[in-house]
Amino acid sequence: MAPTDQQLVLLDFWVSPFGQRVRIALAEKNLPYEYVEEDLLAGKSDRLLSSNPIHKKIPVLLHGDKPVNESLIILQYLDEAFPDAPSLLPSDPYARAQARFWADYVDKKVYDCGSRLWKLKGEPQQQARAEMVEILRTLEGELGEKEFFGGEHGFGFVDAALAPFSAWFPSYERFGEFKVAEVAPGIAAWVERVGKRDSVAKSLYAPDKVYDFIGVLKKKYGIE
Amino acid sequence: MAGSGELKLLGVWTSPYVIRVRVVLNLKSLPYEYVEENLGSKSALLLGSNPVHKSVPVLLHGGRPVNESQVIVQYIDEVWAGTGPSVLPADPYERAVARFWAAYVDDKVGSAWQVMLFTCKTEEERAEAVSRALAALETLEGALAECSKGKPFFGGDGIGFVDVVLGGYLGWFGAVDKMIGRRLIDPARTPLLAKWEERFRAAEPAKGVVPDDADKMLDFLRTLLAWNASKSK
Repeated sequence: MAPTDQQLVLLDFWVSPFGQRVRIALAEKNLPYEYVEEDLLAGKSDRLLSSNPIHKKIPVLLHGDKPVNESLIILQYLDEAFPDAPSLLPSDPYARAQARFWADYVDKKVYDCGSRLWKLKGEPQQQARAEMVEILRTLEGELGEKEFFGGEHGFGFVDAALAPFSAWFPSYERFGEFKVAEVAPGIAAWVERVGKRDSVAKSLYAPDKVYDFIGVLKKKYGIE
Repeated sequence: MAGSGELKLLGVWTSPYVIRVRVVLNLKSLPYEYVEENLGSKSALLLGSNPVHKSVPVLLHGGRPVNESQVIVQYIDEVWAGTGPSVLPADPYERAVARFWAAYVDDKVGSAWQVMLFTCKTEEERAEAVSRALAALETLEGALAECSKGKPFFGGDGIGFVDVVLGGYLGWFGAVDKMIGRRLIDPARTPLLAKWEERFRAAEPAKGVVPDDADKMLDFLRTLLAWNASKSK
């Protein structure tokens, strides 16, 4: 059976920025798939545990019966398994290396630092705030005058990697007491542009919902 | 023409991340200039080429920098796709599996390695990190069985992506083994990995780049820790 004939199933969690990357990619590529909501707060399904026994995390993309794990690995898999669909990575190897570098930067920095903003207080929170501002400014520097991080390629790998976090920025702003529009106006402008993109608009939830979800997490972890 | 322009690699001889790039360059028989960086006094070229992380390895190709070791390895594989063996397999699913295990190595083995050598403050912390590394290596024993399907390497008949990523740590494993008085890759616990280690170290592309002098590495560690300590005063 040709790869393009096999069914795509996405095991996901509604508010996960990592799952949203995959939803965005599938939408950009016009690939039909079955979305399966894993109720992570209630526990993990047998299918999730057997598809990702090592990390037991979403997102998991099932292509036929084969699981692909880790959001950025899934994005590259979709590019490679469906070469006729629009790609997220550019074709030039040097540009691909730049895209992989910056997607890795987003992965290493944004979620972890953002989590510290809502988990911590006092001096450690201040430090997280300073780091988040630095991260946003660094990303702004890389974006420069480009419409998207993908540059000539258009909306691309780094854009898909970062876009879901745009729904978390308002929460980071509230906890960190800063404004993206002030510390990194180029990023704020990019957020508006990606927000208008169909694939992104359909995949993300409103920032208020993200903020409420953080409230649920804080309660779960016993954080004031 | 594949990759016109000279290759220069900024590195540190002990770094697992640098070693993996050198193995790949050797695998593809690509000539390059190697520049040993002093972590206590980083060159202007390094700082200018990798302003975000300020770390090695940095591959300069015709003067243009590529950073992050797994990104560099894939870059080399793509630019020189027609030259020598491929590092990543051709099939998209197998590529995803290789990337998954490579990410696992750096995530689980790499983070434990950082603690056990560089950041632990007590012997308890070191022992905890060693336990985490051992657990990760047991998982990788299973991964090796699955990926190799009886062949010598994670990549099959030849060295592949997961091989070079894990192989980069072997020099330090030798030093840690001496430090803690037991082997991280223990033939009794992870027999497939133990045999894999022998084959990897003996492989032509690994010659001269995978360190085998544990004392020399421990000297390097002492110097680095002393420099770190003086920096934080």
